[in-house]
Amino acid sequence: MKRAFPILAVLCVAFLGFATYEGLFVAPTERTMGDVQRIFYYHVPSAWTAFLLFFLNFIASIQYLVRGNDFADRFAKWVAVLVGAAGCIAVFAIKPMPAGIEPSSVATTALAITGLYFLIRKYFPEERTDVLALVTAEVGVVFCTVVLVTGPLWARPVWGIWWTWDIRLTSTLVLWLIYVSYLVLRRFSTSGQTPSVAAALAVFGALDVPLVYFSIWVFRTQHPQPVIGGGGSIDPRMLHVLLINWLAFLFFAALLCWARYELEIFQRQVEETHVLESLLEPENKQS
Amino acid sequence: MSTSLKITSATLAKDIRLEWRSKDAINSMLFFALLVVVIFSFSFDPTAEESRRIAGGLVWVAFLFAAVVALNQTWARELRNHVLDAYRVSPAPANPLFLAKALGNFLFVAVLEALMTPLFIMFYRLRALGPAWQLIPVAALGTRALVVNGTFFAAMSLRTRNREIMLPLLLFPISIPALLAMVNATQNILTGDESARFWIVLLGTYDVVFTIACLLLFETVLDAE
Repeated sequence: MKRAFPILAVLCVAFLGFATYEGLFVAPTERTMGDVQRIFYYHVPSAWTAFLLFFLNFIASIQYLVRGNDFADRFAKWVAVLVGAAGCIAVFAIKPMPAGIEPSSVATTALAITGLYFLIRKYFPEERTDVLALVTAEVGVVFCTVVLVTGPLWARPVWGIWWTWDIRLTSTLVLWLIYVSYLVLRRFSTSGQTPSVAAALAVFGALDVPLVYFSIWVFRTQHPQPVIGGGGSIDPRMLHVLLINWLAFLFFAALLCWARYELEIFQRQVEETHVLESLLEPENKQS
Repeated sequence: MSTSLKITSATLAKDIRLEWRSKDAINSMLFFALLVVVIFSFSFDPTAEESRRIAGGLVWVAFLFAAVVALNQTWARELRNHVLDAYRVSPAPANPLFLAKALGNFLFVAVLEALMTPLFIMFYRLRALGPAWQLIPVAALGTRALVVNGTFFAAMSLRTRNREIMLPLLLFPISIPALLAMVNATQNILTGDESARFWIVLLGTYDVVFTIACLLLFETVLDAE
């Protein structure tokens, strides 16, 4: 960590700078919206990164809950495999896909879920999954906040209003609220019991997300339809810049998570040492 | 009678008897809901047209806030004399306890709703233009959505500092889809413009999903130590 982190941090800053340059100067100007549209290169990558982090939080929380129990562990593993398989089968089984959904993205998403599940399972021992859940929620809330701030900044000149209660805005806001409540719970929970209680709340939050989405779905949506994989089209040069920005944001998020992860583990070790010391002290005095 | 059923009925009977004697939860909920009704009536002019549009939100927000008052008391009662700790070390399974608590809360909130509904109708001159009988499944499913999750989160917030504040912070964000469904269903029935079916189905789905989640996770939360 000590040697690699500064090098990676410098690389990350350089990459973010390059991505910003690409977004501000290289990407073509949008015809109707003008330069305001360039906020797209911050808004969308932040949203994708936040959703990915929340998803990692969900997987880590599930793993924290099932690891102790053999049956639940095996069950969860099979569910993860089934999700991947179902995604691949759906590509062939559901022939006319609903409008705006690419078959390849369905399969990729499903396989990514399975892959992430087993990667986390392999590389994070049980108590570390809780640390992972904590840091992904924290960094995810930061990126989600960026999304919620840049959205209105763009909406004001383009739509003429700061905010509207449409599906994507509202569900992102609710998602943000859920994870803020998760962090509040962690903050106010007394230390020893936090992980399992927080993991239970994370599962509730993740179950809530599809319900939130469907419940708001019935209101008419004002948000521009997703331009990637959706019905809309995007200039390939814009897509190029967008993906560069997303990579830069992912790099940044991964670095933040890593630093926070190490810090949290360090902090837990310090706390543990304090507890051990206070246990040992009376004996020292007696002897 | 199986053990689980016995535990459930015993706990439920105990809670009902306690409530019958003290009337703590019901009284505070009733007064709270009454205050909400009165205060809301100052914030807008309750003509028949206007109230029909707003009543759905008003009624459910009042019930939600009032339910939190009762939910906060359910587990706090068990902390005195370490009843909950005794339950934890006993070989009794956790879920019957949860079911009993949730059923008890459902009962209390249902009584509150039954008593408050005439008041709402009177104060806000409500008259349903749609099929009024549909309000019954909406009320039943909506109350269940609030109470099952509420009981679970109340147990969760036992483990935190300042737990009285913690419960709404945890419960409200997760309840947003249920609340949206209840409010819209009630509004559709009152105005009679659209069918409430979609919202009732959504509410049912919410109930099924979260009841299963609560039953699967309750033991973890109860034993979190």
